[in-house]
Amino acid sequence: MTAGAPSAIDLRAKPSWRTTKNTLMLAVMAAAVVLVAIPLVAVLWSVIDKGAAIAFRGFPDFFTHAIPGISRKAGPGMGPAIVGTLLATGGATLIAVPVGVLGAVYLHEYGGAGTFARLVRFMATVMTGVPSIVMGLFVYLIWTMRFGYSAFGGALALACLMLPVVIGSTEQMLRLVPAPLREAAYALGATRSRTILTIVLPAALPGIISGVLLAIARAAGETAPLMFAVGAANAYNPHLFHEANTSLSLQIFSNAMSAFSAAQDRAWGAALTLVLLTFIVTLIARVFTSRLALKS
Amino acid sequence: MQLAELHGHRQYADRAFRGIALCAAGLVLLVLGMIAVTMTQRAWPAFGRTFFTSTRWSAPDGLFGALPFVWGTLYTAAIALVLAVPVSLGVALFITQAAPPWLKKPMVYLLDLLAVVPSVVFGLWGVLVLSQHFGLGRSFLTAGVILAVMIIPIITSLAREVIETTPVSDKEAALALGATRWEMICASVLPHSKGGIVGAVMLGLGRAMGETIAAALVIGSALGQITVDPFAPGNSMPAVIANEWGEADGAHKAALIALAVTLFVITIAVNLIATAIVQRSMKRSHGT
Repeated sequence: MTAGAPSAIDLRAKPSWRTTKNTLMLAVMAAAVVLVAIPLVAVLWSVIDKGAAIAFRGFPDFFTHAIPGISRKAGPGMGPAIVGTLLATGGATLIAVPVGVLGAVYLHEYGGAGTFARLVRFMATVMTGVPSIVMGLFVYLIWTMRFGYSAFGGALALACLMLPVVIGSTEQMLRLVPAPLREAAYALGATRSRTILTIVLPAALPGIISGVLLAIARAAGETAPLMFAVGAANAYNPHLFHEANTSLSLQIFSNAMSAFSAAQDRAWGAALTLVLLTFIVTLIARVFTSRLALKS
Repeated sequence: MQLAELHGHRQYADRAFRGIALCAAGLVLLVLGMIAVTMTQRAWPAFGRTFFTSTRWSAPDGLFGALPFVWGTLYTAAIALVLAVPVSLGVALFITQAAPPWLKKPMVYLLDLLAVVPSVVFGLWGVLVLSQHFGLGRSFLTAGVILAVMIIPIITSLAREVIETTPVSDKEAALALGATRWEMICASVLPHSKGGIVGAVMLGLGRAMGETIAAALVIGSALGQITVDPFAPGNSMPAVIANEWGEADGAHKAALIALAVTLFVITIAVNLIATAIVQRSMKRSHGT
């Protein structure tokens, strides 16, 4: 163990073309990681750099004021968009989470490897790939054409997007619940539904919540499903079912295409708000995941 | 007597719960079916003889030729794949095979962050920063770059999952024969995960073709262009729908819905193939 003792023979491999190639390829892989980090840092830097000045000037104003009706006018206001985003995303959560969790319960606890369960599982995977704009148009055709613009239309479209994601992540969590827990409940005379509701679901709860929160974070940032069903508004509209509404993502989209710098500034402010919102939700999801890791 | 009654009651509740759960699972099939039926129904009049062959798209004249938009969708998705696939594979291999353990978690976290940034924020950055300050303009290439950034986390995380199923014995066998780490990757990891990686890339392709908002902001909204020049402004199916819906009525709306149906069919086909490939390769790697 004495350091510095001279050794008679050098056993280290001499650099050859093979080891050089190895080092080279590992360097290429590391370069790929740097390449991925560049756009993330660039986007976040732009959003913080340009958004913070707008969003935090005269602090709560940007988050509470209504959106200016004339878009070239400078000044704060994304309050209605924040309310709209919360309404549409909240509504979607209320629809997609119960349905998705129950669907996953069927797939894992009842369906198993049966044909129907396999079909649903396959179709849920396919459904995650349906473009969000298609969901938006679908909801326009079945809901908005009859009942008009409302935040609820947006909630329906987002729920269609969230459903397969919630089913997938919940089923994965149910798979992690150890079989002896179920068997113990059966041995005590509990019925299947009671076992599921009082033993299996509580055991899988942290994982389910984590999956749901990630789905919410994704849904909150969606634009295309909302543009056909939600309409356009500048004033506060706290009603889920009545009148056109707006959202942060819709405001970013329309203001990004504007030629006026005041509108573009508001787009950056709204982008910062939306990014903060989705990151916070993701962070909470992470906390639940790490709690799960501690338990198992 | 009482016990039997109680038993019957409990069985009834059990059946009801199972029924409710069954309905919830069936809703997936119902929604997918309804999407296909209602949208095809509305779009049917627009699928004329020239919808897929004409290059003229002019709403006032009632001319709706979707070919340039189909081309734009495929072309931008192809650019995105060319840029995203090598990077995603590099990152996935680095995380699973080369990175020191303490670096793995932060890198997975970085990818998760990238995946959760809303697409409209990428679009905003693309239109106000990338296209203005980097000389790209609003073009196929700008759209391709933005789409690449958005699909990298998807391809990477799926590829990573597949690569991680490589049996340790396979890898150790290669290393024991004196292979360098790169040679071990070529000999053990890549042959094992080929199928899964192809599936991951196809899922990324599906996502790139369906991405709307970012493309709508940066692609340039040119009408009737079919060109391979990456710096030319173009248009894609979802971008046209997003940009023209506001002013559309009647036949124009039907044509836009027809575009959505076309997009739906293409992405569903791509996803079906991708899912089948991924599931088969997963089964093979777990089965033996």
